[in-house]
Amino acid sequence: MSATLRVKVWRGGADGAFREYEVPRRESQTVLDVVTHIQRAIDPTLAYRFACRVGMCGSCAMTVNGAPRWTCRTHVDKVARGDRLEIAPLRNLPLIRDLVADMREFFDKWARAQGQFKGRRTRADDFERITPGSDARKRADAAIECIGCGVCYAACDVVAWNPDYLGPAALNRAWTLANDARDAANPERLRAVAGDRASLACHTHMSCTERCPKALSPTAGIAGLKRAVARAALEGEL
Amino acid sequence: MSRRTETLLWVAQRASAAVLALCVLVHLATMIYAVRGGLTGAEILARTRGNVAWLAFYSVFVVAVAVHAPIGLRAVLGEWLGWRGRAREVFLAAFALALAGMGLWAVRGVFA
Repeated sequence: MSATLRVKVWRGGADGAFREYEVPRRESQTVLDVVTHIQRAIDPTLAYRFACRVGMCGSCAMTVNGAPRWTCRTHVDKVARGDRLEIAPLRNLPLIRDLVADMREFFDKWARAQGQFKGRRTRADDFERITPGSDARKRADAAIECIGCGVCYAACDVVAWNPDYLGPAALNRAWTLANDARDAANPERLRAVAGDRASLACHTHMSCTERCPKALSPTAGIAGLKRAVARAALEGEL
Repeated sequence: MSRRTETLLWVAQRASAAVLALCVLVHLATMIYAVRGGLTGAEILARTRGNVAWLAFYSVFVVAVAVHAPIGLRAVLGEWLGWRGRAREVFLAAFALALAGMGLWAVRGVFA
């Protein structure tokens, strides 16, 4: 292991460039540790985003050596090429500055996919009984742990080709709600996730599934939505 | 184009793909069988002329192609060239009709 890392970091806006920094290499060092060292010890003008540092909040995702990753739980040892790292903002999102991508469009698409839970009961009603072993509950469970980091969205080629495409995270969220017996918005939600700008645009490249740091499979959820949407269209319910 | 129409196009492309998978298999198997003793136009025509089964098979094949290819091309044009909107749909409808017309013309040619 070399004593220092040579780290290229994207600086500026969309017309910016990479700048190289030398960072001391340490045991069990994460990519977020590297970025934090640069900002605190070398160049305090570096802009980046993080919060929890333990893989829960989903705010520190960046492009590391060409692939989108959560930087707080990505060890330098796993991704460095020799002593080199290249750190850039997430792709498929507008750039604010340095390593900070503008996430508004990403989360607006969750809203467009009807990602909000809409309950059908009031506080006067009893709880809905959901059997943990039911098929619908198991499907929802398999997709529920999304932290909204944007890694899948940055990994998706369909988003790059079709900027209106809702993307894997928003569709994964819609899939969890489509399998939630308590939710009352499902006919509208199926309409929201039908068509060229939503689930049917997915080419099943599985880049989202490959890159998801939580090991979820948005591809599987999107396939489920495709089946549900096709059924609704054939039955005239779309 | 409405979301329902887009969804029905998607279903039509999958359904036509299933038909094509079978048609291509039969077509390839026939070709391999038919060229055992060399391939001549007369031999092909002797098999297809007046044969209603081959007429029906290749008519289904052509219609499946005319449904399948333009829907796939629609995604390619949108994603690679950014061509969306009404002009693209008109172009693709014409493309589908051209495929169906030329294909059925050829089928008629080997049947009649």
